[in-house]
Amino acid sequence: MYAQMVKTDGACVKSLEDMEPQERAFQERIDAGQKIEPKEWMPEGYRKTLVRQISQHAHSEIVGQLPEGNWITRAPTLERKAILLAKVQDEAGHGLYLYCAAETLGISRDEMYEQLHCGKAKYSSIFNYPTLSWADIGAIGWLVDGAAIMNQVPLQRCSYGPYARAMVRICKEESFHQRQGFDVLAKMVKGTPAQKAMVQDALDRWWWPSLMMFGPSDDASVHSAQSMAWKIKQNSNDELRQKFVDQTVPQADYLGLTVPDPELKWNEAKGGYDFGQPDWKEFFEVIAGNGPCNAERLGARRKAWDDGAWFREGLAAHATKAEQRRTAGQAAG
Amino acid sequence: MSSAPFPTVDQAALFEFLLRMGDNALILGHRLSEWCGHAPALEEDIALANTALDLIGQTQLWLGLAGEMEGKGRTADNLAYLRDATEFRNVLLVERPNGDFGKTLMRQFLFDAWHLSMLQALRSSADKRIADIAEKAAKEVAYHLDRSRDLVIRLGDGTAESHRRMREALDDLWPYTGELFIGDAADEELAAAGLGPAPESLKAEWDGVVGETLTEATLKKPADGYMQRGGKRGVHTEHMGFILAEMQFLQRAYPGATW
Repeated sequence: MYAQMVKTDGACVKSLEDMEPQERAFQERIDAGQKIEPKEWMPEGYRKTLVRQISQHAHSEIVGQLPEGNWITRAPTLERKAILLAKVQDEAGHGLYLYCAAETLGISRDEMYEQLHCGKAKYSSIFNYPTLSWADIGAIGWLVDGAAIMNQVPLQRCSYGPYARAMVRICKEESFHQRQGFDVLAKMVKGTPAQKAMVQDALDRWWWPSLMMFGPSDDASVHSAQSMAWKIKQNSNDELRQKFVDQTVPQADYLGLTVPDPELKWNEAKGGYDFGQPDWKEFFEVIAGNGPCNAERLGARRKAWDDGAWFREGLAAHATKAEQRRTAGQAAG
Repeated sequence: MSSAPFPTVDQAALFEFLLRMGDNALILGHRLSEWCGHAPALEEDIALANTALDLIGQTQLWLGLAGEMEGKGRTADNLAYLRDATEFRNVLLVERPNGDFGKTLMRQFLFDAWHLSMLQALRSSADKRIADIAEKAAKEVAYHLDRSRDLVIRLGDGTAESHRRMREALDDLWPYTGELFIGDAADEELAAAGLGPAPESLKAEWDGVVGETLTEATLKKPADGYMQRGGKRGVHTEHMGFILAEMQFLQRAYPGATW
């Protein structure tokens, strides 16, 4: 998923006995696996947490256009250019579904943009890393979309109906994105030594930031416990990270690449890999706005919004004029 | 018109024509893709990427056919990535820089209006392969024109600021529209063989669509002064070299690599 460290409202997870009847009925519906829909009663904390999570997810999709868009004009063949255009267009589409899902909770898209532009709302740390070669485009599809899928598949069963439904379509498209990323790299590792070196370099740079996408260990987090009780979150960060590593390492082997982790080792007893920890200090710096591309990414989004003000105002003014003409026409007719 | 493939026509003229169609689509598609992630609304990001995608798809068809009929083993990719600016045959209009979003939209509208007429005429080309590409592309371009026309109207007749920007875009781009309708020997060859329309023959329809749209947009049609030209014969603006330097970077830096 593209949402990290989403703060949950609520100091601790309440037991059913401690809840007022309305909240208790709500929790019982969630426990029974029923979906919550927009018009229904929900605790304010549930609503706020979802807005935070879905908007962060949406912002990640649109900021995510930038590192990949960086290579559309330099894509090496017409087919690769077309595929990358289609992929980035999908990401914008995901942003659109997610903003719509968040809007059902009583916040407007413009308000969410405002929160992004002023730095109040976050987007995934991963998009603050630069795309330096064409292999990075493959690595983003393979690793970043791969990590996103790990998190998004369980969200299809999330308790909030509009979010769960948006996720069904998004997951289908993300699987395609991951395959195309892997395909970019598979082609390159069979190419020249320079191409293969480019792929290894991309893995070296993207491996750790990809593991950071799941967020720090949250086994002891109150936020995560509440989100799990509400079925907004289904697995711990460490569970998902483990799953990602177990899935990805054999793929790296297949590509003939070396995962840049000296501690990486198959553990027969647990049936998974042991692996090292990302540099969490770096992670918190990136989250705090000090990553390699934070200023550029947010600057690009703000500029797009500010430069486009006249465009949006022009369309709104035309709509008003057209409505006035229609009303005047009706009055005259 | 007969449907036999490649009726008697000068092959160089036909190659020239196919490059012109393919290069227009390629360079405009490239320009649009520069907007990715920077458009003034999310819906516009999606629509621009979609239009660029259609144009890159059309490029593959036109340049693929050009390479095939040239018979020297060049693929669409070879033609896109390994020619220098003097060998490109797109009109100057499509290589104009994006400018603000208004200029991008105006460039799109002026081109779309020509592009649709052209493709509709090509649907009855004597060459079935050309007619087939035109059939597919015309459906896509009809949508491009609907969209760009609608936005030109809404922004022309929007606020004073949006009106000013659209007027400036129109005035800046107008001298680049003439080239679309200036025929040369290759065009005459093709028209005589029933493969494609004479460029001049598309002018009346274009004038009609553009005139009506500008009126509705409350924009004044500029006077037809001196028209810039050169792209169709490989004499481009200074912008073209930079477009190619960016677009062709990987193919040039890693010769012979496959991607």
